[in-house]
Amino acid sequence: MNLWIELLLVSLALTNLALTSLCRLETCIRVAAAQGILLGLVTVALHSPAISLHMLVLVLGIIVLKGLVFPWLLFRAMRQARVRREVEPFVSFTWSLLIGTLALPTAMWLSSRLPAAHPSHTPLLIPVALHAILAGLLLIVSRRKAITQVLGYLVMENGIYLFGIALVGEESVLVDLATLLDVFVGVFVMGIAIFHINRTFDHIDTDRLSALKDWPS
Amino acid sequence: MIGLLLAIGLLIISGIGAMIASARPRIATMIGVGGTMLGGLLGIIPAIQVLSGHAIAPIRLPWSVPYGGFYVHLDGLSAFFLIPMLGVPALAALYGSRYLSVSDGRRRLGTHWFYFNLLTACMALVLIARNGVLFLMAWEVMSLASFFLVTFDDEKEHVRQAGWTYLVAMHLGTAFLFVLFILLGKQSNSLDFDHLGSAVGMIPANAGLLFVLAIVGFGTKAGFLPMHVWLPEAHPAAPSHVSAVMSGVMIKTGIYGLLRTLTLLGPPAAWWGWLLIGIGLCSGVLGVLFALAQHDLKRLLAYHSVENIGIIALGLGVGVLGMSLPSTPLMVLGFAGGLLHVVNHALFKSLLFLGAGSVMHATGTGEIDHLGGLMKRMPWTAVTFLIGAIAISGLPPFNGFVSEFLIYVGGFEGVSASHISPMIAGLIVLGGLALIGGLAAACFTKAFGIIFLGEPRSAHPAQAHESPWAMRLPMLALASGCVLISLFAPLVFTWMEPVLVITTGLRPDQLNETLVGKVELLNYVVILGVVFMAVALILLLLRHRLLSRRQVTHTVTWDCGYARPSPRMQYTASSFVQPLTDLFAALIRTRHSLDTPSGLFPRHASLTTNTPDIWREHFYQTAFKAIVWFLARFRWLQHGHVQLYVLYIAITLLVLLVFKVG
Repeated sequence: MNLWIELLLVSLALTNLALTSLCRLETCIRVAAAQGILLGLVTVALHSPAISLHMLVLVLGIIVLKGLVFPWLLFRAMRQARVRREVEPFVSFTWSLLIGTLALPTAMWLSSRLPAAHPSHTPLLIPVALHAILAGLLLIVSRRKAITQVLGYLVMENGIYLFGIALVGEESVLVDLATLLDVFVGVFVMGIAIFHINRTFDHIDTDRLSALKDWPS
Repeated sequence: MIGLLLAIGLLIISGIGAMIASARPRIATMIGVGGTMLGGLLGIIPAIQVLSGHAIAPIRLPWSVPYGGFYVHLDGLSAFFLIPMLGVPALAALYGSRYLSVSDGRRRLGTHWFYFNLLTACMALVLIARNGVLFLMAWEVMSLASFFLVTFDDEKEHVRQAGWTYLVAMHLGTAFLFVLFILLGKQSNSLDFDHLGSAVGMIPANAGLLFVLAIVGFGTKAGFLPMHVWLPEAHPAAPSHVSAVMSGVMIKTGIYGLLRTLTLLGPPAAWWGWLLIGIGLCSGVLGVLFALAQHDLKRLLAYHSVENIGIIALGLGVGVLGMSLPSTPLMVLGFAGGLLHVVNHALFKSLLFLGAGSVMHATGTGEIDHLGGLMKRMPWTAVTFLIGAIAISGLPPFNGFVSEFLIYVGGFEGVSASHISPMIAGLIVLGGLALIGGLAAACFTKAFGIIFLGEPRSAHPAQAHESPWAMRLPMLALASGCVLISLFAPLVFTWMEPVLVITTGLRPDQLNETLVGKVELLNYVVILGVVFMAVALILLLLRHRLLSRRQVTHTVTWDCGYARPSPRMQYTASSFVQPLTDLFAALIRTRHSLDTPSGLFPRHASLTTNTPDIWREHFYQTAFKAIVWFLARFRWLQHGHVQLYVLYIAITLLVLLVFKVG
């Protein structure tokens, strides 16, 4: 069983790395969707074979939301904003990949210092969770397009979710419901924001929004 | 207790109901005002029960907030404050239902009533909260709700400015309260008021520090000088019934908080009393002086709030000094005078603000110099305003005199004591109160005389009309409250026993000895008051009788022999008080801009006087400018790149994580 879990977790880490290095938005959204589905599968694998109905419903919810609904919303936003690729990120794709890769040992080191709540789980769970959080932050910080930033938030939330499972186990339902809501609102707001930014400014480059700050320089 | 909680619930629910119904202003007003009045009535019943000697059991419910707990209790002190804090908003709401109806449709009245009821509910909650977290929460919501009430006319620039001033002042004050409660709870590791008391007493220096924190934190709400700057901004900006509630009762939550803290801190040091007397004297004298120099009616009334809070502080100062000596008469008289003045001020100040609102409603202006001659046009408003004016000046036979009289007697007790310190304190209190009372009388002679007597000075008051009954009734109720308290002063004084037991820490039997003697004194006051009122009534009847068979003609005021009298020949507000403002020019720094007449046939001449708040101008603006200058050094951090903002957060979190686990 552990083998399966570890396989899934490694794939999750790979999707993180992929997101940091891809420039076509379409692919990015697909990878994020894959990550959402992987997340659901990890939850199943962690709790099998005695998985409760409650958990199953939750997993289904995750897969439907993160694997289908969010990508659909994001594709729609992409079409409306007429953007296809991330251009000229603040940190180039090569550097992003490098930093993303370096984040992996950092996450491992950090997790080795953290007191583990459930030592029975696979040792990879917390590092991968931390890596997803770091990768999400990297995406938010280094990209220009609002859509990529939404993706960054999604990845970060995935990491927080994994972290939640690792720390509180069965009770993570509470954590998770909160994060799902959070993400949903995030996507919703960002979807509207992207639409409105695009309509008002004819682009969705968030760096050019600096004209809106309240202290003229 | 359940009844009171139900009343608070009713207030909040009716507020929400009003907000939901905000598409239909008439229904929203009905729900909101009905809720305030019904909730107020429901909530006053348990308070009266407690004051008449029935103890009510506290309620304690678990709450998942750290250090928090839903722990409420209604003791004598809370009940005493609760009656005006629920009664005045109920009357003000009735008044407001008509006062705001002119703005039907233009604004969302539903939200206004929501915040009004929320403010009332939170004031009640502040009074009964017995847990630090619950208290601060109610306190903060109270400030926020009143902020939204102040900014009702938010399309006006000066109203928005006033709102910001108010919000900043409230938050600075609350910051001190946070420190106060954290320090209080540090040793006992609990924020329930029961445990707070035991922990401090040990080290006098600590208790002193906590007392100063309470003075600053609660004093900002109450309007002690120099934390009073928000009052003359916020009260004129708010709708009149809101000013009435804020100035009449909301600022008293500051006094309540201070008294509650005093009961937690244990035996006070003498300098606490001196500090309160000093603050009281400064607030009282400077408050009334600034009021004298104002041209705007509501700004004038706002400065009078500072003055009256000063009188309350004087009373409390005498009481605290009495506790530190210890001297029972000083204690009882000081606290009783201060506390009674809280209720009295709630009555006459809200009455005056409602009167001011009536004037503004009828004439459309609050500029004193544009008004005049309203007594003939608005007799009800004029008479009730006059009663409020006499009461606030501390003149017999109305209630303001009774509470000031108690503080006076406390001052005389101090002077006749054998120690030197109460003697000096007594002298200061007597001199201060006399000066404040005299200046207040001068100020209200000006306000009443210029506004209601004489002839209209502009087109505004010329077509004025009397306010509708919904606005007159609350004013009449408050005015009769002023009369009733003075008529039943001895009775009210004995009702205060459970309150005084809490504030002084004396046993009821010790208290009674002192009370009995003072009740006798108050009896004389009442008899004199009754005689005075009877004489006035007889003279009125006599006048009526003498005039009844003759022809009565009316003519313009100031018609004494001039060929062509004009309203411009009357006194103006500034000319009336000029001797006094000149006398105290060093303190209030009135600015004159004079355009002197020149030539043999001068065409044009003008004089403008302006009295800005010196504390606001010289102290706060300088301080805030310095802070802005300092913070502007860090402007480069704000560049508008969202990505970098997130990077700041990410780096901070990462560094913290590494620091914690590494």
